[in-house]
Amino acid sequence: MNRAKERAIAHTDYSRYDFHYSTKNYEIVLEKGLSEEVVRKISEVKGEPKWMLDFRLRALETFRQKPMPQWGADLGAINFDDITYYMKASQEGGKSWEEVPQDVKNTFERLGIPEAERKMLAGVGAQYDSEVMYHKIRSELEAKGVVFLSMDEGLRQHPEIVREHFGKVVPFNDNKFAALNSAVWSGGSFIYVPKGIKVEIPLQAYFRINAERFGQFERTLIIADEGSQVHYIEGCSAPRFSSKSLHAAVVEVIAKPTAHVRYTTVQNWSDNIYNLVTKRAFAYKNSAVEWVDGNIGSKVTMKYPAIYLMGEGARGEVLSVALAGKGQHQDAGAKVVHLASNTTSKVTSKSISKDGGRTSYRGLVKVIKGCRGVRSNVTCDALLLDRDSRTDTYPYVEIDEQSATIAHEARVGRIGDDQIFYLTSRGLSESQALTLIVLGFMQPFTKTLPLEYAVELNRLIEMEMENSVG
Amino acid sequence: MANALLEIKNLHAETEGKEILKGVNLSVGRGEIHALMGPNGSGKSTLSNIIFGSPKYKITKGDIRFRGKSILSLDSAQRANLGMFLSFQYPFEIAGLSLSKFLLAAYRAQHPLEVTGVVALRDKMNEAAEQLHLPQDFIERELNVGFSGGEKKRAEILQMMVLKPQMAVLDETDSGLDIDSLKFVCSAVGKMRSENFSALVITHYNRILGHLKPNFVHIMHDGRIVKEGRAELAEKVEKTGYRAIVQKAGK
Repeated sequence: MNRAKERAIAHTDYSRYDFHYSTKNYEIVLEKGLSEEVVRKISEVKGEPKWMLDFRLRALETFRQKPMPQWGADLGAINFDDITYYMKASQEGGKSWEEVPQDVKNTFERLGIPEAERKMLAGVGAQYDSEVMYHKIRSELEAKGVVFLSMDEGLRQHPEIVREHFGKVVPFNDNKFAALNSAVWSGGSFIYVPKGIKVEIPLQAYFRINAERFGQFERTLIIADEGSQVHYIEGCSAPRFSSKSLHAAVVEVIAKPTAHVRYTTVQNWSDNIYNLVTKRAFAYKNSAVEWVDGNIGSKVTMKYPAIYLMGEGARGEVLSVALAGKGQHQDAGAKVVHLASNTTSKVTSKSISKDGGRTSYRGLVKVIKGCRGVRSNVTCDALLLDRDSRTDTYPYVEIDEQSATIAHEARVGRIGDDQIFYLTSRGLSESQALTLIVLGFMQPFTKTLPLEYAVELNRLIEMEMENSVG
Repeated sequence: MANALLEIKNLHAETEGKEILKGVNLSVGRGEIHALMGPNGSGKSTLSNIIFGSPKYKITKGDIRFRGKSILSLDSAQRANLGMFLSFQYPFEIAGLSLSKFLLAAYRAQHPLEVTGVVALRDKMNEAAEQLHLPQDFIERELNVGFSGGEKKRAEILQMMVLKPQMAVLDETDSGLDIDSLKFVCSAVGKMRSENFSALVITHYNRILGHLKPNFVHIMHDGRIVKEGRAELAEKVEKTGYRAIVQKAGK
């Protein structure tokens, strides 16, 4: 395919996210604003057990008490009274594609979800505003006991497992937005992979915000039992509105001994979304957890995927990229706590700031006293495309153990005129040259993705770059 | 020269207020190979960068013509797309960008009407790599990252072979090449030699010229061409050094 054609397709693609079918067909739309009544109503609609309602109400109380965080990005424009906390587009999400309401189906078809499922996924979930509308897992995995459900359905079908683990990795009082999520959560994924089962191809969830002045609060819990393996991918998008919407998710991952969990996010929220997400994993003995986190869109993102290395020999890795353009602030990072001996961690953060955008790396590496032989390696690579853009690094290191080996490296780069000259002297336009350099810079991230996602991500970046140059 | 492919006329250029080219005149005809020699700092690399539109330099006077038309108003990409190629003295590293991906993009830009498929182009790249005795899978490596000095230079020639320019400027391509690599490079350039390929070879050494047998040799000093001649001139330089030649030329 020639370049011009590829670009033409990329252009069509961009509008792909920027549509919204009728939002009239909602079965339930709760009134704007947050109150005990709203929380009770959500729980009632879902027919939840009492313990969950109590959990929600305690979380609401905590949310009210906690001040807004003052240390990260500017969150001043969020008006909690002007947000709809729950809306449901018609009946329960069906298990079969035919059961999905037509306008929701149109949305997911335009996003290419059914196609991706056929081609490359072991299972897929698709959330439309508050509720998961479509959910499917390949039957052979289901037969092996792999559970992949919406969180709500998980609570209904596996109440004991959920009760045992829900809110244990991220307690409801962890931070203001985790408390908010705990009070009004809806949707998200529940995954259980039994002992020794390896899910070879990815499970995917797609999160779509379709409504204006809305808050999406999905909640995901992944439990990988001993020796199991799973790769979960989430994608997100929303149409652009002039008003702001909020996405405050909580993700809890439990990797039991020798399990391997990779959690990949490709976030492409529109630039009216505040994206404030708490992600945390517990990694037990000799297990491995990887957060692969790509943040392309949103107005503000604050997200610091965390790994608590609980058992000896556990391994954690956080690989993140962030791209901040005009009016965007990507405040992202990682948190690794070494709570056992011979645990290792690796954090690689790559960021690109352009057109006055701002990226920050905020990270913590902590080693508890008595944990011998800990190794940790943190690398932050920032690329600034112009003088108006900004990047900062806030690395926190708390080491209470002499034997730990900790390395931290941070680099800020600008693209040199010489590099551009080199590429343009081969016939590439300046914008093509910049795009190739940026794609190259992100390549360590892109190469971890399944091919289709890598292609899609590269397209997104090309489009972002095209908008910025010229 | 009526048949000139590249024509540089009374070219003056400066950087940061300092004049570096002080009236360069040089013509390369179709199908010819020219050598450009001269002591360090005489302006050879500057000239090659200016021919390709480097934004670092400002042209104050004179003209550069390619295929009969001034190219001064064209940017680097437009010049390349006319069929010009610069083999860099110090090629730049681009992390995460494979040589093949880069070269594919460059080829598409330079030959927009050609319908050669990706597979055919990759075959061409691999053939070129083989001719240059580069390791297998070389084209999948990140552009110039971790390449040895010799690999970098050969990678430049590989790009030239695939892009098929009408005019190539080889800026000290022989520096840092061992004897075998130099042979591979020269044989590759020799294969391109035709009515449709001209080259300006910037070098310090007669060695490469022994292989390439240039039609003309130009000696540059202090921003000007001070002497021109046939291949024997390069031999003379090798024997006597620049000093004698430059002094004789009355500079």
